[in-house]
Amino acid sequence: MGDSLFGIHGMALELRAQRLGVLTSNIANAATPGYKARDIDFGAALQAMRQGASAPAAIGAATQYRVPVMPSLDGNTVEMATEQTAFGENAVQYEATLNMLQDRVQTVTRALKGE
Amino acid sequence: MSSPTPAHPMTLFDAAGRAMSAQLVRMNTATSNLANAGTVAGSAETAYRPLRPVFSAVLDSTTGLATVKVQGVYQSGATPVRTHEPDNPLADANGDVWGSGVDENAEMIEITDASRAYQNMVEAMQTAKQLTLDTMRMKTS
Repeated sequence: MGDSLFGIHGMALELRAQRLGVLTSNIANAATPGYKARDIDFGAALQAMRQGASAPAAIGAATQYRVPVMPSLDGNTVEMATEQTAFGENAVQYEATLNMLQDRVQTVTRALKGE
Repeated sequence: MSSPTPAHPMTLFDAAGRAMSAQLVRMNTATSNLANAGTVAGSAETAYRPLRPVFSAVLDSTTGLATVKVQGVYQSGATPVRTHEPDNPLADANGDVWGSGVDENAEMIEITDASRAYQNMVEAMQTAKQLTLDTMRMKTS
């Protein structure tokens, strides 16, 4: 519905929000034995959504288990450095997408007002 | 011990909150162990044994979020330390008392690790809160 208005940024924001949740889950399970860290391949998910896939389908297909640099004995594959870097990066990218959405809304508002 | 399962789909804040409660249980057990590091008992059976929480992941399949729950708190199998103290009123027939098998260094590390994990969750929650607020306000002036 709003896809034509917000373009790619609407989809991107949805994916970014979802990825934020997945990365938070990884950080939350840093001490859970046997937990396997996951991540969403943002590029692949966005590509799928642009080709008409729904958000859950695109996210489901693009979610993969993280390959650990050094697996721990208890089977947990959360590596704090990796997760925190990805989390920070994703938060900044979320903000960037949000800014672009705001610009888009502003442009449309200005056009409506005829300023 | 485990927080009740929320009826609505799990949010990022639920996941973070429950992970924080789990870390708190871990900190409580480690603190209890440290507090009992010096206690003695009259037999090996009644001696204090270190407590350990066991975590397990809880996956919410509708949202793809995973949080933590404390599956249970178990007594570790650390063997009580026997010392010969005939003057101790708790001593058995041989004049021996049984001290707790608490490893103070391991407990300190456990507390530090738990508090780090807790802080990480606070940080993640703050970031998520800020982003949510920014999205809600959408400053369009």
